[in-house]
Amino acid sequence: MELLFSLVIGVLSASGIYLLLRGRTFSIIVGLALLSYAVNLFLVSTGGLHTHSAAVIGASAAPADPLPQALVLTAIVIGFAMSAFMVILAIRARAELGNDHVDGKQGEEGSTR
Amino acid sequence: MSQHLLVFPILLPMLTALGLLLMGQVPTTLQRRISIISTALLVVLSGVLLVHANSDIINIYNLGNWQAPFGIVLVLDRLSALMVALTAVLALGCILFASAGDDGRGSNFHGIFQLQLLGLNGAFLTGDLFNLFVFFEILLLASYALLMHGGGKARIGAGLHYVVLNLVGSALFIIALGILYGATGTLNMADMGYRIAQMDEANAALVTAGALLLTVVFSLKAAILPLYFWLPSTYASAPAPVAALFAIMTKVGLYALLRVQTLVFSESPAIVYIDNWLWWGGLATLLLAGIGVLAARDLRTLVAYLVLVSVGTLMSGAGMGHISGTGALLYYLVHTTLIAGALFLLAELIGLQRGKAGTRLVRARKIHQPALLGGMFLVGAVAMAGLPPLAGALGKLLLMQAADSAQRL
Repeated sequence: MELLFSLVIGVLSASGIYLLLRGRTFSIIVGLALLSYAVNLFLVSTGGLHTHSAAVIGASAAPADPLPQALVLTAIVIGFAMSAFMVILAIRARAELGNDHVDGKQGEEGSTR
Repeated sequence: MSQHLLVFPILLPMLTALGLLLMGQVPTTLQRRISIISTALLVVLSGVLLVHANSDIINIYNLGNWQAPFGIVLVLDRLSALMVALTAVLALGCILFASAGDDGRGSNFHGIFQLQLLGLNGAFLTGDLFNLFVFFEILLLASYALLMHGGGKARIGAGLHYVVLNLVGSALFIIALGILYGATGTLNMADMGYRIAQMDEANAALVTAGALLLTVVFSLKAAILPLYFWLPSTYASAPAPVAALFAIMTKVGLYALLRVQTLVFSESPAIVYIDNWLWWGGLATLLLAGIGVLAARDLRTLVAYLVLVSVGTLMSGAGMGHISGTGALLYYLVHTTLIAGALFLLAELIGLQRGKAGTRLVRARKIHQPALLGGMFLVGAVAMAGLPPLAGALGKLLLMQAADSAQRL
Protein backbone atom coordinates (compact mmCIF):
# COMPACT_ATOMS: atom_id res chain seq x y z
CA MET A 1 0.00 0.00 0.00
CA GLU A 2 2.88 2.37 0.83
CA LEU A 3 4.29 1.96 -2.67
CA LEU A 4 0.95 2.63 -4.35
CA PHE A 5 0.31 5.62 -2.10
CA SER A 6 3.68 7.23 -2.74
CA LEU A 7 3.36 6.56 -6.49
CA VAL A 8 -0.01 8.32 -6.55
CA ILE A 9 1.39 11.33 -4.69
CA GLY A 10 4.43 11.42 -6.96
CA VAL A 11 2.43 11.25 -10.19
CA LEU A 12 -0.06 13.86 -8.95
CA SER A 13 2.64 16.34 -7.95
CA ALA A 14 4.66 15.76 -11.11
CA SER A 15 1.60 16.42 -13.30
CA GLY A 16 0.69 19.40 -11.12
CA ILE A 17 4.12 20.99 -11.45
CA TYR A 18 4.22 20.33 -15.21
CA LEU A 19 0.86 22.07 -15.69
CA LEU A 20 1.90 24.88 -13.35
CA LEU A 21 4.79 25.75 -15.65
CA ARG A 22 2.52 26.24 -18.69
CA GLY A 23 1.70 29.71 -19.93
CA ARG A 24 -2.11 29.68 -19.76
CA THR A 25 -4.19 30.35 -16.67
CA PHE A 26 -6.45 27.33 -17.22
CA SER A 27 -3.62 24.79 -17.08
CA ILE A 28 -2.19 26.61 -14.07
CA ILE A 29 -5.47 26.25 -12.20
CA VAL A 30 -5.65 22.54 -13.00
CA GLY A 31 -2.01 22.21 -11.99
CA LEU A 32 -2.64 23.93 -8.65
CA ALA A 33 -5.62 21.64 -8.02
CA LEU A 34 -3.54 18.50 -8.72
CA LEU A 35 -0.74 19.80 -6.53
CA SER A 36 -3.14 20.44 -3.66
CA TYR A 37 -4.56 16.89 -4.01
CA ALA A 38 -1.04 15.53 -3.76
CA VAL A 39 -0.30 17.68 -0.72
CA ASN A 40 -3.51 16.64 1.03
CA LEU A 41 -2.80 12.94 0.42
CA PHE A 42 0.70 13.45 1.77
CA LEU A 43 -0.69 15.11 4.88
CA VAL A 44 -3.02 12.15 5.51
CA SER A 45 -0.05 9.80 5.38
CA THR A 46 1.92 11.65 8.09
CA GLY A 47 -0.02 9.87 10.83
CA GLY A 48 0.98 6.51 9.34
CA LEU A 49 -1.00 4.42 6.85
CA HIS A 50 -3.49 2.05 8.49
CA THR A 51 -6.63 0.30 7.35
CA HIS A 52 -9.62 -0.50 9.57
CA SER A 53 -8.62 1.84 12.35
CA ALA A 54 -10.97 4.63 13.30
CA ALA A 55 -9.67 7.74 15.02
CA VAL A 56 -11.72 6.91 18.13
CA ILE A 57 -10.28 5.32 21.25
CA GLY A 58 -11.97 1.98 21.91
CA ALA A 59 -13.58 1.65 18.48
CA SER A 60 -10.67 -0.37 17.10
CA ALA A 61 -7.62 -2.15 18.44
CA ALA A 62 -5.12 0.45 17.22
CA PRO A 63 -6.79 3.86 16.80
CA ALA A 64 -5.45 6.10 14.05
CA ASP A 65 -3.89 9.50 14.77
CA PRO A 66 -6.78 12.01 14.53
CA LEU A 67 -4.60 15.10 14.12
CA PRO A 68 -3.58 14.59 10.44
CA GLN A 69 -7.24 14.06 9.63
CA ALA A 70 -8.15 17.35 11.25
CA LEU A 71 -5.24 19.07 9.51
CA VAL A 72 -6.16 17.73 6.10
CA LEU A 73 -9.75 18.85 6.58
CA THR A 74 -8.52 22.39 7.26
CA ALA A 75 -6.15 22.22 4.30
CA ILE A 76 -8.97 21.04 2.00
CA VAL A 77 -11.27 23.87 3.07
CA ILE A 78 -8.54 26.47 2.57
CA GLY A 79 -7.50 24.92 -0.74
CA PHE A 80 -11.10 24.97 -1.95
CA ALA A 81 -11.49 28.66 -1.13
CA MET A 82 -8.18 29.45 -2.85
CA SER A 83 -9.18 27.51 -5.98
CA ALA A 84 -12.48 29.39 -6.17
CA PHE A 85 -10.64 32.70 -5.81
CA MET A 86 -8.10 31.68 -8.44
CA VAL A 87 -10.82 30.75 -10.97
CA ILE A 88 -12.56 34.11 -10.51
CA LEU A 89 -9.24 35.92 -10.79
CA ALA A 90 -8.40 34.06 -14.00
CA ILE A 91 -11.75 35.01 -15.54
CA ARG A 92 -11.19 38.61 -14.47
CA ALA A 93 -7.69 38.58 -15.95
CA ARG A 94 -9.06 37.12 -19.20
CA ALA A 95 -11.56 39.99 -19.38
CA GLU A 96 -9.10 42.76 -18.45
CA LEU A 97 -6.05 41.62 -20.38
CA GLY A 98 -7.90 40.28 -23.43
CA ASN A 99 -6.32 36.80 -23.37
CA ASP A 100 -5.52 34.01 -20.96
CA HIS A 101 -1.73 34.17 -21.02
CA VAL A 102 -0.20 34.71 -17.58
CA ASP A 103 1.88 37.66 -18.76
CA GLY A 104 -1.12 39.23 -20.45
CA LYS A 105 0.26 38.91 -23.96
CA GLN A 106 -0.11 36.36 -26.73
CA GLY A 107 3.38 34.90 -26.48
CA GLU A 108 4.85 32.42 -28.90
CA GLU A 109 6.31 30.35 -26.07
CA GLY A 110 3.87 28.41 -23.95
CA SER A 111 1.15 28.59 -26.58
CA THR A 112 1.84 25.13 -27.96
CA ARG A 113 -1.00 22.76 -27.28
CA MET B 1 -9.46 39.68 32.53
CA SER B 2 -5.81 40.39 31.97
CA GLN B 3 -5.03 36.80 30.96
CA HIS B 4 -7.60 37.10 28.17
CA LEU B 5 -5.88 40.23 26.86
CA LEU B 6 -3.75 38.10 24.54
CA VAL B 7 -6.61 37.05 22.32
CA PHE B 8 -8.03 40.54 21.75
CA PRO B 9 -5.62 41.63 18.96
CA ILE B 10 -7.15 38.75 16.98
CA LEU B 11 -10.77 39.14 18.11
CA LEU B 12 -11.02 42.89 17.64
CA PRO B 13 -10.18 43.03 13.89
CA MET B 14 -12.18 39.85 13.31
CA LEU B 15 -15.37 41.22 14.86
CA THR B 16 -14.88 44.59 13.14
CA ALA B 17 -14.33 42.86 9.80
CA LEU B 18 -17.41 40.65 10.22
CA GLY B 19 -19.49 43.66 11.22
CA LEU B 20 -18.27 45.74 8.29
CA LEU B 21 -18.76 42.94 5.76
CA LEU B 22 -22.22 41.96 7.05
CA MET B 23 -23.50 45.53 7.11
CA GLY B 24 -23.31 45.59 3.34
CA GLN B 25 -24.14 48.88 1.69
CA VAL B 26 -23.69 51.53 4.36
CA PRO B 27 -22.31 55.04 3.81
CA THR B 28 -18.53 55.11 3.39
CA THR B 29 -18.15 57.66 6.21
CA LEU B 30 -19.68 55.19 8.69
CA GLN B 31 -17.34 52.43 7.48
CA ARG B 32 -14.38 54.78 7.84
CA ARG B 33 -15.36 55.75 11.36
CA ILE B 34 -15.78 52.15 12.51
CA SER B 35 -12.52 51.11 10.88
CA ILE B 36 -10.51 54.03 12.29
CA ILE B 37 -11.96 53.61 15.80
CA SER B 38 -11.25 49.87 15.76
CA THR B 39 -7.68 50.36 14.54
CA ALA B 40 -7.08 53.11 17.11
CA LEU B 41 -8.33 50.71 19.80
CA LEU B 42 -5.87 48.15 18.41
CA VAL B 43 -3.02 50.66 18.83
CA VAL B 44 -4.03 51.22 22.47
CA LEU B 45 -4.41 47.48 23.04
CA SER B 46 -1.03 46.70 21.54
CA GLY B 47 0.51 49.41 23.74
CA VAL B 48 -0.97 47.69 26.80
CA LEU B 49 0.35 44.33 25.56
CA LEU B 50 3.78 45.86 25.00
CA VAL B 51 3.90 46.97 28.64
CA HIS B 52 2.46 43.61 29.73
CA ALA B 53 5.12 41.69 27.79
CA ASN B 54 7.99 43.69 29.23
CA SER B 55 9.13 41.05 31.70
CA ASP B 56 11.06 37.81 31.48
CA ILE B 57 7.86 35.78 31.73
CA ILE B 58 6.50 34.53 28.39
CA ASN B 59 2.73 34.89 28.49
CA ILE B 60 0.78 31.93 27.15
CA TYR B 61 -2.91 31.71 26.37
CA ASN B 62 -4.51 28.29 25.93
CA LEU B 63 -7.31 28.68 23.40
CA GLY B 64 -10.43 26.87 24.62
CA ASN B 65 -8.44 25.97 27.76
CA TRP B 66 -6.89 22.96 25.98
CA GLN B 67 -3.50 22.27 27.52
CA ALA B 68 -0.39 22.68 25.37
CA PRO B 69 0.94 20.84 23.40
CA PHE B 70 -2.45 19.31 22.57
CA GLY B 71 -4.33 22.56 22.19
CA ILE B 72 -3.34 25.66 20.28
CA VAL B 73 -1.55 28.34 22.26
CA LEU B 74 -1.04 32.04 21.72
CA VAL B 75 2.34 33.27 22.88
CA LEU B 76 3.17 36.81 23.87
CA ASP B 77 6.77 37.75 24.41
CA ARG B 78 8.59 41.00 23.73
CA LEU B 79 9.10 40.14 20.07
CA SER B 80 5.49 39.30 19.24
CA ALA B 81 4.22 42.29 21.26
CA LEU B 82 6.58 44.54 19.29
CA MET B 83 5.38 43.18 15.95
CA VAL B 84 1.69 43.55 16.91
CA ALA B 85 2.29 47.13 18.02
CA LEU B 86 4.19 47.93 14.82
CA THR B 87 1.37 46.48 12.71
CA ALA B 88 -1.25 48.51 14.57
CA VAL B 89 0.63 51.81 14.20
CA LEU B 90 1.33 51.22 10.51
CA ALA B 91 -2.27 50.14 9.89
CA LEU B 92 -3.68 53.27 11.56
CA GLY B 93 -1.62 55.44 9.22
CA CYS B 94 -2.74 53.44 6.18
CA ILE B 95 -6.41 53.58 7.19
CA LEU B 96 -6.27 57.36 7.69
CA PHE B 97 -4.61 57.76 4.28
CA ALA B 98 -7.13 55.46 2.59
CA SER B 99 -10.03 57.37 4.16
CA ALA B 100 -9.06 60.36 2.03
CA GLY B 101 -10.67 58.61 -0.93
CA ASP B 102 -8.73 55.50 -1.95
CA ASP B 103 -11.21 53.28 -0.12
CA GLY B 104 -14.11 54.30 -2.37
CA ARG B 105 -12.64 52.87 -5.59
CA GLY B 106 -13.85 49.35 -4.84
CA SER B 107 -16.18 47.70 -2.39
CA ASN B 108 -15.50 46.54 1.17
CA PHE B 109 -12.02 48.06 1.49
CA HIS B 110 -12.28 48.50 5.25
CA GLY B 111 -13.71 45.04 5.97
CA ILE B 112 -10.92 43.32 4.02
CA PHE B 113 -8.33 45.60 5.60
CA GLN B 114 -9.44 44.44 9.05
CA LEU B 115 -9.24 40.80 7.90
CA GLN B 116 -5.67 41.49 6.85
CA LEU B 117 -4.93 42.83 10.36
CA LEU B 118 -6.54 39.69 11.83
CA GLY B 119 -4.18 37.51 9.79
CA LEU B 120 -1.11 39.60 10.67
CA ASN B 121 -1.81 39.69 14.40
CA GLY B 122 -2.62 35.99 14.45
CA ALA B 123 0.61 35.11 12.65
CA PHE B 124 2.61 37.16 15.17
CA LEU B 125 0.89 35.72 18.24
CA THR B 126 0.45 32.03 17.50
CA GLY B 127 2.71 29.40 19.02
CA ASP B 128 1.57 26.56 16.77
CA LEU B 129 2.98 25.83 13.32
CA PHE B 130 -0.26 24.71 11.67
CA ASN B 131 -2.08 27.67 13.16
CA LEU B 132 0.64 29.84 11.62
CA PHE B 133 -0.25 28.32 8.25
CA VAL B 134 -3.95 29.15 8.79
CA PHE B 135 -3.19 32.77 9.70
CA PHE B 136 -0.83 33.03 6.72
CA GLU B 137 -3.70 31.95 4.48
CA ILE B 138 -6.04 34.50 6.05
CA LEU B 139 -3.60 37.34 5.55
CA LEU B 140 -2.76 36.20 2.02
CA LEU B 141 -6.39 35.94 0.95
CA ALA B 142 -7.05 39.41 2.35
CA SER B 143 -3.92 40.72 0.64
CA TYR B 144 -5.06 39.32 -2.74
CA ALA B 145 -8.32 41.23 -2.41
CA LEU B 146 -6.61 44.43 -1.21
CA LEU B 147 -4.02 44.25 -3.98
CA MET B 148 -6.71 44.06 -6.63
CA HIS B 149 -8.75 46.83 -4.98
CA GLY B 150 -9.85 49.24 -7.66
CA GLY B 151 -8.92 46.92 -10.53
CA GLY B 152 -6.91 47.85 -13.60
CA LYS B 153 -4.68 45.97 -16.01
CA ALA B 154 -1.37 46.28 -14.18
CA ARG B 155 -2.89 45.22 -10.85
CA ILE B 156 -4.64 42.15 -12.26
CA GLY B 157 -1.50 41.04 -14.11
CA ALA B 158 0.78 41.48 -11.08
CA GLY B 159 -1.90 40.02 -8.81
CA LEU B 160 -2.13 36.84 -10.88
CA HIS B 161 1.59 36.16 -10.45
CA TYR B 162 1.43 36.98 -6.75
CA VAL B 163 -1.53 34.65 -6.12
CA VAL B 164 -0.10 31.68 -8.05
CA LEU B 165 3.31 32.01 -6.37
CA ASN B 166 1.76 32.16 -2.93
CA LEU B 167 -0.51 29.17 -3.62
CA VAL B 168 2.56 27.12 -4.55
CA GLY B 169 4.22 28.45 -1.39
CA SER B 170 1.24 27.26 0.66
CA ALA B 171 1.51 23.79 -0.88
CA LEU B 172 5.19 23.63 0.12
CA PHE B 173 4.26 24.90 3.60
CA ILE B 174 1.84 21.98 4.11
CA ILE B 175 4.40 19.46 2.85
CA ALA B 176 6.97 20.86 5.31
CA LEU B 177 4.43 20.71 8.15
CA GLY B 178 3.57 17.11 7.22
CA ILE B 179 7.23 16.07 7.28
CA LEU B 180 7.86 17.80 10.60
CA TYR B 181 4.72 16.36 12.20
CA GLY B 182 5.59 12.89 10.92
CA ALA B 183 9.10 13.17 12.36
CA THR B 184 8.35 14.81 15.71
CA GLY B 185 4.66 14.11 16.42
CA THR B 186 3.85 17.65 17.49
CA LEU B 187 3.00 21.01 15.93
CA ASN B 188 3.57 23.22 18.95
CA MET B 189 6.72 25.24 18.17
CA ALA B 190 8.28 25.09 21.63
CA ASP B 191 7.47 21.39 22.02
CA MET B 192 8.86 20.67 18.54
CA GLY B 193 12.10 22.47 19.40
CA TYR B 194 12.36 20.39 22.59
CA ARG B 195 11.72 17.13 20.76
CA ILE B 196 14.19 17.96 17.98
CA ALA B 197 16.86 18.61 20.59
CA GLN B 198 16.21 15.13 22.09
CA MET B 199 15.95 13.41 18.71
CA ASP B 200 18.03 10.43 17.62
CA GLU B 201 20.02 10.35 14.39
CA ALA B 202 17.43 8.34 12.41
CA ASN B 203 14.96 11.20 12.05
CA ALA B 204 17.53 13.99 11.73
CA ALA B 205 17.57 13.91 7.93
CA LEU B 206 13.77 14.13 7.82
CA VAL B 207 13.75 17.11 10.18
CA THR B 208 16.45 18.81 8.11
CA ALA B 209 14.39 18.36 4.95
CA GLY B 210 11.30 19.79 6.67
CA ALA B 211 13.26 22.68 8.14
CA LEU B 212 14.76 23.66 4.80
CA LEU B 213 11.38 23.43 3.02
CA LEU B 214 9.92 25.70 5.70
CA THR B 215 12.83 28.09 5.16
CA VAL B 216 12.05 28.21 1.43
CA VAL B 217 8.39 29.04 2.15
CA PHE B 218 9.26 31.83 4.58
CA SER B 219 11.93 33.12 2.20
CA LEU B 220 9.23 33.47 -0.45
CA LYS B 221 7.11 35.57 1.94
CA ALA B 222 10.12 37.57 3.07
CA ALA B 223 11.35 37.92 -0.55
CA ILE B 224 14.99 36.79 -0.43
CA LEU B 225 17.09 36.48 -3.56
CA PRO B 226 15.84 33.79 -5.87
CA LEU B 227 12.30 34.32 -4.59
CA TYR B 228 11.85 38.08 -4.71
CA PHE B 229 11.00 38.75 -8.35
CA TRP B 230 7.30 39.03 -7.59
CA LEU B 231 7.75 41.89 -5.15
CA PRO B 232 8.64 45.01 -7.19
CA SER B 233 5.79 44.71 -9.71
CA THR B 234 3.27 43.69 -7.04
CA TYR B 235 4.10 46.49 -4.62
CA ALA B 236 4.43 49.08 -7.35
CA SER B 237 0.98 48.30 -8.74
CA ALA B 238 -0.88 48.05 -5.40
CA PRO B 239 -2.95 51.03 -4.20
CA ALA B 240 -0.76 53.30 -2.01
CA PRO B 241 -2.27 52.55 1.44
CA VAL B 242 -2.19 48.83 0.64
CA ALA B 243 1.43 48.98 -0.52
CA ALA B 244 2.27 50.81 2.72
CA LEU B 245 0.62 48.05 4.76
CA PHE B 246 2.45 45.46 2.65
CA ALA B 247 5.68 46.91 4.06
CA ILE B 248 4.96 44.69 7.07
CA MET B 249 4.14 41.61 4.95
CA THR B 250 7.77 40.82 4.16
CA LYS B 251 8.46 41.20 7.87
CA VAL B 252 5.93 38.44 8.62
CA GLY B 253 8.18 36.09 6.65
CA LEU B 254 11.20 37.39 8.54
CA TYR B 255 9.41 36.98 11.87
CA ALA B 256 8.45 33.39 11.02
CA LEU B 257 12.04 32.66 9.97
CA LEU B 258 13.39 34.12 13.22
CA ARG B 259 10.91 32.07 15.25
CA VAL B 260 11.75 28.73 13.65
CA GLN B 261 15.47 29.57 13.54
CA THR B 262 15.76 30.41 17.22
CA LEU B 263 13.00 28.31 18.77
CA VAL B 264 12.42 25.19 16.68
CA PHE B 265 15.58 24.31 14.77
CA SER B 266 18.28 25.85 16.96
CA GLU B 267 19.38 22.38 18.13
CA SER B 268 18.98 20.60 14.78
CA PRO B 269 21.70 20.04 12.15
CA ALA B 270 19.64 22.17 9.74
CA ILE B 271 20.55 25.38 11.55
CA VAL B 272 23.92 25.66 9.79
CA TYR B 273 22.26 25.54 6.35
CA ILE B 274 19.57 28.02 7.39
CA ASP B 275 22.12 30.51 8.75
CA ASN B 276 24.28 30.26 5.64
CA TRP B 277 21.26 30.58 3.35
CA LEU B 278 20.03 33.70 5.16
CA TRP B 279 23.47 35.30 5.29
CA TRP B 280 24.48 34.82 1.64
CA GLY B 281 20.92 35.17 0.35
CA GLY B 282 20.50 38.37 2.33
CA LEU B 283 23.73 39.87 1.03
CA ALA B 284 22.91 38.95 -2.58
CA THR B 285 19.42 40.43 -2.21
CA LEU B 286 20.99 43.61 -0.87
CA LEU B 287 23.27 43.86 -3.88
CA LEU B 288 20.63 43.19 -6.54
CA ALA B 289 18.04 45.38 -4.82
CA GLY B 290 20.58 48.21 -4.75
CA ILE B 291 21.01 47.86 -8.52
CA GLY B 292 17.22 47.75 -8.81
CA VAL B 293 16.89 51.05 -6.93
CA LEU B 294 19.38 52.70 -9.28
CA ALA B 295 17.68 51.29 -12.37
CA ALA B 296 14.07 52.04 -11.36
CA ARG B 297 12.25 54.42 -13.70
CA ASP B 298 9.23 54.90 -11.47
CA LEU B 299 9.17 56.24 -7.92
CA ARG B 300 6.92 53.43 -6.69
CA THR B 301 9.13 50.72 -8.18
CA LEU B 302 12.06 52.50 -6.55
CA VAL B 303 10.39 52.36 -3.13
CA ALA B 304 9.53 48.69 -3.72
CA TYR B 305 13.23 48.00 -4.32
CA LEU B 306 14.01 49.97 -1.15
CA VAL B 307 11.77 47.49 0.71
CA LEU B 308 13.95 44.74 -0.80
CA VAL B 309 17.10 46.53 0.37
CA SER B 310 15.74 46.47 3.90
CA VAL B 311 14.79 42.80 3.53
CA GLY B 312 18.36 42.03 2.47
CA THR B 313 19.80 43.99 5.39
CA LEU B 314 17.51 42.28 7.90
CA MET B 315 18.12 38.82 6.47
CA SER B 316 21.86 39.13 6.64
CA GLY B 317 21.35 40.20 10.27
CA ALA B 318 19.33 37.04 10.89
CA GLY B 319 21.94 34.96 9.06
CA MET B 320 24.66 35.94 11.53
CA GLY B 321 23.12 33.41 13.90
CA HIS B 322 24.27 35.57 16.79
CA ILE B 323 22.29 37.31 19.50
CA SER B 324 23.74 40.75 18.73
CA GLY B 325 22.70 40.38 15.07
CA THR B 326 19.14 39.54 16.06
CA GLY B 327 18.96 42.47 18.47
CA ALA B 328 20.26 44.88 15.85
CA LEU B 329 17.87 43.66 13.17
CA LEU B 330 14.86 43.99 15.46
CA TYR B 331 15.82 47.59 16.16
CA TYR B 332 16.29 48.27 12.45
CA LEU B 333 13.07 46.44 11.50
CA VAL B 334 10.75 48.91 13.26
CA HIS B 335 12.49 51.85 11.65
CA THR B 336 12.59 50.48 8.12
CA THR B 337 8.99 49.24 8.10
CA LEU B 338 7.57 52.61 9.10
CA ILE B 339 9.80 54.52 6.67
CA ALA B 340 8.97 52.22 3.75
CA GLY B 341 5.25 52.62 4.47
CA ALA B 342 5.62 56.40 4.66
CA LEU B 343 7.55 56.53 1.37
CA PHE B 344 4.82 54.57 -0.44
CA LEU B 345 2.19 57.05 0.78
CA LEU B 346 4.41 60.00 -0.11
CA ALA B 347 5.05 58.64 -3.62
CA GLU B 348 1.30 58.52 -4.18
CA LEU B 349 0.90 62.16 -3.03
CA ILE B 350 3.70 63.30 -5.30
CA GLY B 351 2.27 61.33 -8.22
CA LEU B 352 -1.16 62.90 -7.74
CA GLN B 353 0.23 66.42 -8.16
CA ARG B 354 2.20 65.68 -11.31
CA GLY B 355 -0.72 65.10 -13.64
CA LYS B 356 -0.20 62.55 -16.38
CA ALA B 357 3.43 61.81 -15.54
CA GLY B 358 2.38 60.28 -12.21
CA THR B 359 5.23 58.70 -10.35
CA ARG B 360 7.39 58.05 -13.43
CA LEU B 361 10.81 59.61 -13.08
CA VAL B 362 10.52 62.02 -15.99
CA ARG B 363 10.31 65.81 -16.28
CA ALA B 364 6.72 66.89 -15.63
CA ARG B 365 4.79 69.95 -14.56
CA LYS B 366 5.49 71.57 -11.20
CA ILE B 367 3.83 70.17 -8.09
CA HIS B 368 1.68 72.49 -5.96
CA GLN B 369 3.49 71.98 -2.67
CA PRO B 370 7.16 71.64 -3.60
CA ALA B 371 8.48 72.68 -0.19
CA LEU B 372 6.22 70.41 1.88
CA LEU B 373 6.40 67.26 -0.25
CA GLY B 374 10.04 67.79 -1.15
CA GLY B 375 10.97 68.30 2.48
CA MET B 376 9.06 65.23 3.57
CA PHE B 377 10.67 63.17 0.81
CA LEU B 378 14.10 64.41 1.86
CA VAL B 379 13.48 63.34 5.46
CA GLY B 380 12.15 59.95 4.31
CA ALA B 381 15.03 59.35 1.93
CA VAL B 382 17.62 60.37 4.52
CA ALA B 383 16.01 58.06 7.07
CA MET B 384 15.96 55.20 4.54
CA ALA B 385 19.59 55.76 3.63
CA GLY B 386 20.44 55.73 7.35
CA LEU B 387 22.18 59.08 7.74
CA PRO B 388 23.17 60.05 11.29
CA PRO B 389 20.57 62.28 12.95
CA LEU B 390 17.82 59.73 12.31
CA ALA B 391 17.15 56.30 13.77
CA GLY B 392 18.34 54.25 10.78
CA ALA B 393 21.99 55.19 11.34
CA LEU B 394 22.02 53.56 14.77
CA GLY B 395 20.37 50.42 13.37
CA LYS B 396 22.97 50.06 10.64
CA LEU B 397 25.79 50.74 13.08
CA LEU B 398 24.45 48.02 15.40
CA LEU B 399 24.21 45.59 12.48
CA MET B 400 27.77 46.28 11.40
CA GLN B 401 29.06 45.84 14.94
CA ALA B 402 27.12 42.57 15.15
CA ALA B 403 28.66 41.39 11.88
CA ASP B 404 32.04 42.06 13.42
CA SER B 405 31.32 40.16 16.63
CA ALA B 406 29.61 37.27 14.82
CA GLN B 407 32.82 36.94 12.77
CA ARG B 408 30.94 36.52 9.53
CA LEU B 409 33.16 38.98 7.72
